[in-house]
Amino acid sequence: MISSQLKIFLAVVTVVLMVPAFAAGEPLIFTDPEKEARYQQLTVELRCLVCQNQNLADSDAPLAQDLRREIYDMMQAGRTDDEIKQFLIDRYGDFVLYKPPVKSNTLVLWLMPAVLLFGGALVVIIVVRKRGLNPGGQEEESS
Amino acid sequence: MIGRLVPIILFVLLGLLLAVGLKIADHKTEIPSPLIGKKIPEFSLPALGQADVTITNEDLIGQPFLINVWASWCPTCRIEHPYVEELAASGRLRVIGLNYRDEEEDALAWLEYFGDPYALNMADVSGRTAIDFGVYAAPESFLVDADGYILFKQIGMLTPEIIEKEILPRIQPAGSGQP
Repeated sequence: MISSQLKIFLAVVTVVLMVPAFAAGEPLIFTDPEKEARYQQLTVELRCLVCQNQNLADSDAPLAQDLRREIYDMMQAGRTDDEIKQFLIDRYGDFVLYKPPVKSNTLVLWLMPAVLLFGGALVVIIVVRKRGLNPGGQEEESS
Repeated sequence: MIGRLVPIILFVLLGLLLAVGLKIADHKTEIPSPLIGKKIPEFSLPALGQADVTITNEDLIGQPFLINVWASWCPTCRIEHPYVEELAASGRLRVIGLNYRDEEEDALAWLEYFGDPYALNMADVSGRTAIDFGVYAAPESFLVDADGYILFKQIGMLTPEIIEKEILPRIQPAGSGQP
């Protein structure tokens, strides 16, 4: 009695857990686990152009399904990751990559965090030094 | 003295940043196409409603044309449809339809109901050719010159303003109103 209830429970749990695997649409079957891992990695690194804050792996948009199918087909045809990325860049631009290449027009994007970090550090140093000169903590206004 | 100006300067800069952000907010999700200035991709598609007729990229070349990506499931396509019709009826530019990821029956009914401005209509049921064009939503339109080079891409709907200011000036013979 208990064991049959347990079986039903396990069956339900299994089905519920299976859903996410199919939620993203078409089943793409890999026989080679290494290829499958590459596919997972690639679709996480590539942006869905329709829902731009989602990657291709997570998106349910029809275009994302088409692009996953395309990536799958290219992998089966033996194309490398770089070739697949280039295929998408040629059509959709660098924006399709979550990690854009360092170029003249992306320089601000890459350098800004470092600039802000050093700028912040500089401000902290200046403030701390000033406080150091005025142990009272009150800044002296000399104007 | 300078110390007091710093917050004001920072505030002004922040204000500028926000103003720029607001100004480009409508266009933030548009992705510039890397295909501009390049030749249209090769394709071979059946004509919509005539599965035995094949249209290739070579068939379109010869005079400038506009490829309009549309679908019966696309609400914005309905809004731009009168402008597409107006452009096609004016005879100033050939308009070629690329029916994107659609059911043939629905697409034909749509044309029946709203009118058919297209000189040719290609059916891309799988969306594979649209990938080669870098299409990521409908409607999109590509202006192509007589040699098959893409001059301009409009993401989203066409408006009379875009047709007059962005599309038609680009296909006028050199020297006649080229900015």
